Amino acid sequence: MAGEKPVAFVAERQIPPSPPPVRTGGALGWARDNLFSGVFNSVATLLSLAFVAYILAMVVPWLFLDSVWNASSLQGCRQVDDGACLAVINERFLQFVFGFYPEELRWRPILAFVLLFVAIWPALFSSAPRKLLIFSALYPLLAYWLIWGGSLWGPVGAVVGIAIGWACIRFLPPLVRGRLDEGLAFLAAVGAGILATALWWLFCVIAFEDALSAVLAIGLEPVESARLGGFLLSTIIGVSGIAGSLPIGIVLALGRQSNLILIKAVCVGFIEFIRGVPLITLLFVAWLLLSYFLPPGTEFDLILRVVIMVTAFASAYMAEVIRGGLAGLPAGQYEAADSLGLDYWKSMRLIILPQALKISIPGIVNTFIGLFKDTTLVIIIGLLDPVGLLQPIRADQNWNGIVWELYGFIALFFFIFCFAMSRYSMYLERNLDVGHR
Amino acid sequence: MSTTGQPHAEPFRVSQLLYDTRYRSYTIQIFALFVIMLAFAWAIDNAVRNLEALGKDIDFGFIFETSAYDINQHLLDYDSTSTHGRAALVGIINTTLVAIMGCITATIIGVLAGVLRLSRNWVVARLMTVYIEAFRNIPVLIWILFTVAIVNEVLPGVRSFRGEDAMSGLFFDSVFITNRGFYIPAPVFEAGSTAVGVVLALSIAAAWYFGRWARARQATTGRILPVFWARLAILIVPVLLAFFAMGSPVSLEVPALKGFNFKGGIYMRDSLIGLWLALSVYTGAFIAEIVRAGILAISRGQTEAAYALGLRPGRTMSLVVLPQALRVIVPPLISQFLNLTKNSSLAIAVGYMDATGTLGGITLNQTGREMECILLLMAFYLAASLTISAGMNAYNRSVRLKER
Repeated sequence: MAGEKPVAFVAERQIPPSPPPVRTGGALGWARDNLFSGVFNSVATLLSLAFVAYILAMVVPWLFLDSVWNASSLQGCRQVDDGACLAVINERFLQFVFGFYPEELRWRPILAFVLLFVAIWPALFSSAPRKLLIFSALYPLLAYWLIWGGSLWGPVGAVVGIAIGWACIRFLPPLVRGRLDEGLAFLAAVGAGILATALWWLFCVIAFEDALSAVLAIGLEPVESARLGGFLLSTIIGVSGIAGSLPIGIVLALGRQSNLILIKAVCVGFIEFIRGVPLITLLFVAWLLLSYFLPPGTEFDLILRVVIMVTAFASAYMAEVIRGGLAGLPAGQYEAADSLGLDYWKSMRLIILPQALKISIPGIVNTFIGLFKDTTLVIIIGLLDPVGLLQPIRADQNWNGIVWELYGFIALFFFIFCFAMSRYSMYLERNLDVGHR
Repeated sequence: MSTTGQPHAEPFRVSQLLYDTRYRSYTIQIFALFVIMLAFAWAIDNAVRNLEALGKDIDFGFIFETSAYDINQHLLDYDSTSTHGRAALVGIINTTLVAIMGCITATIIGVLAGVLRLSRNWVVARLMTVYIEAFRNIPVLIWILFTVAIVNEVLPGVRSFRGEDAMSGLFFDSVFITNRGFYIPAPVFEAGSTAVGVVLALSIAAAWYFGRWARARQATTGRILPVFWARLAILIVPVLLAFFAMGSPVSLEVPALKGFNFKGGIYMRDSLIGLWLALSVYTGAFIAEIVRAGILAISRGQTEAAYALGLRPGRTMSLVVLPQALRVIVPPLISQFLNLTKNSSLAIAVGYMDATGTLGGITLNQTGREMECILLLMAFYLAASLTISAGMNAYNRSVRLKER
């Protein structure tokens, strides 16, 4: 006992941690947690995997391994292999893109399409030079001229009309300064500007066009509307509808929130009417009825009529989306704008709309996507958008009996565009999110 | 007593109409009214002159004239000697049929897909994402044409149900899925089925009343009764008893192959099937997103609070989470139902005779009365939408959070 003291255990080195059990870490652990955490879950996983495998086993050989890209008819395809007969898309690709647009003029829609990106650049990215907005404003007329052709002086005449209106608003008030009250003078100038533009468009444009064409004939070969088709047509209707429906939708939404009973009633009536009827009936109106309501003898292009109705349709939905955004703002924002002494338009432009539009971005983009998808409905009134081109292709005896390849191709086109739009809206949401709320 | 007299009355000046906020709104509105009425007058004047030039008038008399065309799928008695009005009615009922069928299946698909997309199971959740994105980003018209093509090209022909190695129908040879459409059994009501119907109605009323009584009892005594099972029993047992007591008055007429086609039962055409399935799956994708958003909108704290109160998961779902989620889900859900109804007008592309196909299609072409037909068509859709949205607004008011 003496001197012998029991030595307590002293660890001389730290024991390294042992790795986690195989079953909880790594891929296996993940699979256990997420895929096979119970009987029900395991069955669901296996069923889903079987379903995916079944679809892939059906589609992959058909689409990739056994598909035929070069043949002149369905029989030709079948002689080579029994997979997808993609030769039809190979042969008709340009028709799908342009419809029956004259072959030697196809550079014009292509140029218009490229310029479209220049025009929407300042709208999409704030880093773009602001001066480009002038080009964006002129782009619709430029694109119209490029695609439909005709004399250059027609679109120029239209621009001159706008310029005359702007000049009235800009230069009339200083002329009468001192004699008339400032606000009254401004209002009078706006009225005079609108009147001058309307008069110019109604009575002078044609004379202007003829006169200048006689002096200097600059023009492109005109292309009739009936020759437009395919994705070109979908894009024309979709892009014009999108560009038109946003501003009109904002105005309608503001009108619906307005204190002015009459304005509010008109906006509510318009929105509820448009939202209550299917787009097809509005297309019927564009096709059969719209010309009744215009002065006798007015010749009015069918595509333009369709664009007008599609824009009206999308505006009503847009108005509801933006109204949601306006209603989503706390009342304090409106009160703060008022207490700063801003008038209605300034408070809307500087305080309310930037925030309301930001929170309604997902809804706005959804409306855009819906509008773009709805452009396929024009086949019902006989326009040849991609779906409308299916009938002539299937009626061709070379391609009689072809089904899935064509549907798949058109579906892929729409999917790419719409999916890209929805991803862009997510990017925008993240980008504009300043972390409030 | 009150010493505040009239404020100093300024003489009214014309410029006040523009600068005084008390009057300005009237000025603007009267001006707007004037412009709008001018525009309407201009459009109507143009229409009158255009119609005159064409020698047409506005006359709804055509709805009482003989239609002289056939409608291949009709729930009412209809043949080519019926009137245009009856044709329109058949079309409207066809629209309603496909809309109701579509809304039911779309809701089932949508709720399943929405819940599964939130599942912790990675494969299932991804699969649902693919489904939702594919259907949301491709036009419904393409899906409708595609589905009708699947029905026509992939499903077996009527011929394959005949001969040596004949296929047999589903559910004991009573349902036949062919490339011409579906053939399903039809119920046949014989004498005495009215009694069963009356009993059914009575049990529904009783089940509803029992639910109220049980809730009142729970409120006063705190005892919870097994409402679900009791209700199920109330609904089923008396009806079964009545059914057998009356000697099975309701039977099924099963379609049978006779010659080149099936006879008997109910025939749902390929266009109806294609339209119905495509609209359901398409709208289901949108409903799935709505359901998902609704569930995500309920903060986790609500569930935790319910657990802290000692509620079991089932009651947490039914008493705490669902009532709140439904408030978020129902309004957009109803607007999806409206969208489905409006999209059903695409039936015209596949030849299903709905309101657009009859009134806006063949009747319009035969009578040449565009103005009247399209007005009637719009009036029908507008009436349907406005009725449903009025109901929705009433619901919204009843479930709205009562805030300050």
